[in-house]
Amino acid sequence: MSKQELMFTEAINQAMLIAMEQSDDVLCYGLGVDDPLRIFQTTKGLVEKFPERVFDMPTAENGMTGIGVGAALAGMRPVMVHQRLDFFLLAFDQLINSAAKWHYMFNGQRCVPMTIRLIIGRGWGQGPTHAQNLHALFAHIPGLKVVMPTTPQDAKQMLLESIFDNNPVVFLEHRWLHNQTGLVEENHSLNEGNYLPMHKARIVEEGTDITIVSMSYLTVEAMRAIEALKQQGINAELVDLRSIKPIDWSTIEKSVTKTGRLLVLDTGATTGSVAGDIVAHISENKFSALKTAPKRLAMPDIPEPTSYGLTKGYYFGAKEIAEYAHFIVKNVEVVDLYQGLIREGHHDVPGTYFKGPF
Amino acid sequence: MLIDNLEHQQQILEKLYLIRDLEEAIAEHYNEGEMRCPTHLSIGQEGVPAALSVCLSHDDLAVSTHRSHAHYLAKGGCPKAMVAEIYGKASGCSGGRGGSMHLIDESVGFKGSTAIVGNTIPIGVGLALSQKIRKEKNISVVFVGDGAIEEGVFYEAANFAALKKLPVLFVCENNLYSVYSALEKRQPEGRKIHEMVSGLGLKTYSGDGNDVVSTHQLLEQAVTEIKQGNGPVFVELSTYRWREHCGPHYDNQLGYRTEEEFLHWQKLEPIARFEKWLEDNNLMSKEAMNDTREQINETIKQAFSFAKNSPFPDENTLEEHVYAVGAQ
Repeated sequence: MSKQELMFTEAINQAMLIAMEQSDDVLCYGLGVDDPLRIFQTTKGLVEKFPERVFDMPTAENGMTGIGVGAALAGMRPVMVHQRLDFFLLAFDQLINSAAKWHYMFNGQRCVPMTIRLIIGRGWGQGPTHAQNLHALFAHIPGLKVVMPTTPQDAKQMLLESIFDNNPVVFLEHRWLHNQTGLVEENHSLNEGNYLPMHKARIVEEGTDITIVSMSYLTVEAMRAIEALKQQGINAELVDLRSIKPIDWSTIEKSVTKTGRLLVLDTGATTGSVAGDIVAHISENKFSALKTAPKRLAMPDIPEPTSYGLTKGYYFGAKEIAEYAHFIVKNVEVVDLYQGLIREGHHDVPGTYFKGPF
Repeated sequence: MLIDNLEHQQQILEKLYLIRDLEEAIAEHYNEGEMRCPTHLSIGQEGVPAALSVCLSHDDLAVSTHRSHAHYLAKGGCPKAMVAEIYGKASGCSGGRGGSMHLIDESVGFKGSTAIVGNTIPIGVGLALSQKIRKEKNISVVFVGDGAIEEGVFYEAANFAALKKLPVLFVCENNLYSVYSALEKRQPEGRKIHEMVSGLGLKTYSGDGNDVVSTHQLLEQAVTEIKQGNGPVFVELSTYRWREHCGPHYDNQLGYRTEEEFLHWQKLEPIARFEKWLEDNNLMSKEAMNDTREQINETIKQAFSFAKNSPFPDENTLEEHVYAVGAQ
């Protein structure tokens, strides 16, 4: 199958077009899906092709989530999108009490095939309520699936899989991945091509000295870190989680069994994090495989501040990942070894292309 | 017209008896300790669902609330499966996973009831959205109480239903209380729910929900208008809950409402008034009514015996249905 280079947003857009083409049951709605900006271009061209199934919505997150649940109970496959995850917090009754429960509490008589696309902000002063990484919160709820694709190829394929999955799926897009490019297969339906299933983690890079588990944007930072670690003679194995719920335990266990060391990265706050759960799981189940204590590197239990001055030291990146990995493998603290991993330019943008506002 | 339709008269009477007597039987058996779930009885509120039952077909859909027994039964839900569900049995309508507050009978269009106030309002509107997109001729009914009108999600869902002219019938049974909190403590004096909802752009009606005949007329009119494609209709109907908010007992001794108020509403109860209407208009004899009630009580007896004799769900099925299997 031929491939084309696409941005993450273009890959999402392709998946939406394919899904809506493939099934008359697929709906697409959310504040702005048919506005001039089209959710960072991810919903481009949809309303023109499918005017009855693509619609803007009132600013009513909980109600509109429930309306999606109702449509799903009637056999439709709604895709709802929010430009920031944080607004979706208004919809927890419908997400947790309806979407996640319906199939179980009615004994499997009806399922809720609904996809909720949430975009996670970062930097440019997104601040306390526009930059929350709450995947652990969603993963805590039985009945939900939670995914965080990293590459454009995964974005396309995993969105298609989410839409045609018979369960509610929270599909989390990191805003700093939106402009990343990558090669994407030119398939035109879900079942074309041979892809890693959505619930499987991906081994991005094989290694023998340490397992680094990461998710979403942190996989990009980790990829830079493992290149620098190689220069120091450390071969890290990088596992991109992709699916947060369910977690692909066997891939992580297999990797840790091989390397004996574990560093888990998490874009969310440390307490109650997915990273904490992975460290707990490995400690419980693969303790004898560990040569040293596992480590989680997650965000501090502090809201994201807004000021350029305050965000400078807030996020960790490739440098810190390399330093922690180095310490875990060599048991030596390093000071200046990985200074070269500090990204040039402003710390609060994904690249020079980004001029705000969100 | 109800006065001309013998079949509808009979069906409404049957539903009134079924709801009242089945609920009374639950109250009677509840203290045996075998129905181990929170249970909200509909005694006193039979009129509205019974009147609506003849306005809908099984292809029309409905969702309901924590107090949903009457709605389930009126929509045609299986009494055996409902009682078995309250007993937590495998033969229950939700296989014992839901209990009294999570009833479902897909075969008659009863799409589900849930426990959180206001929770099914947008779900019913979503069902109507699919009906509109698929150009189906049926409607979706959303049962609510006066308490649900205070939930933000009501406005969100009603707004969308009006915006898209969706085929939704909101049936609001105003029974004056949310748990033990009286309406006057929760909503401003003098404001009528149906008038406020009218301001949202919905067609509204209001009436005496314990008067089955006039209620039927309103609901029939509402269903007809919705089927014509004119958008959602909201009908507010006054009624009264006889028993405690949750459980089998009377609770006037608690003092949140007066005995006088209770007796006033008991006098206005829907069943005796409907029987009187049938008699006064020479539509049915007292004897025929008694026969009907006896038959209904046989059904109820069978439902309890079915429930009691059914096994509990197998413990090994605990993990089933967390996720739906398969894609597409």
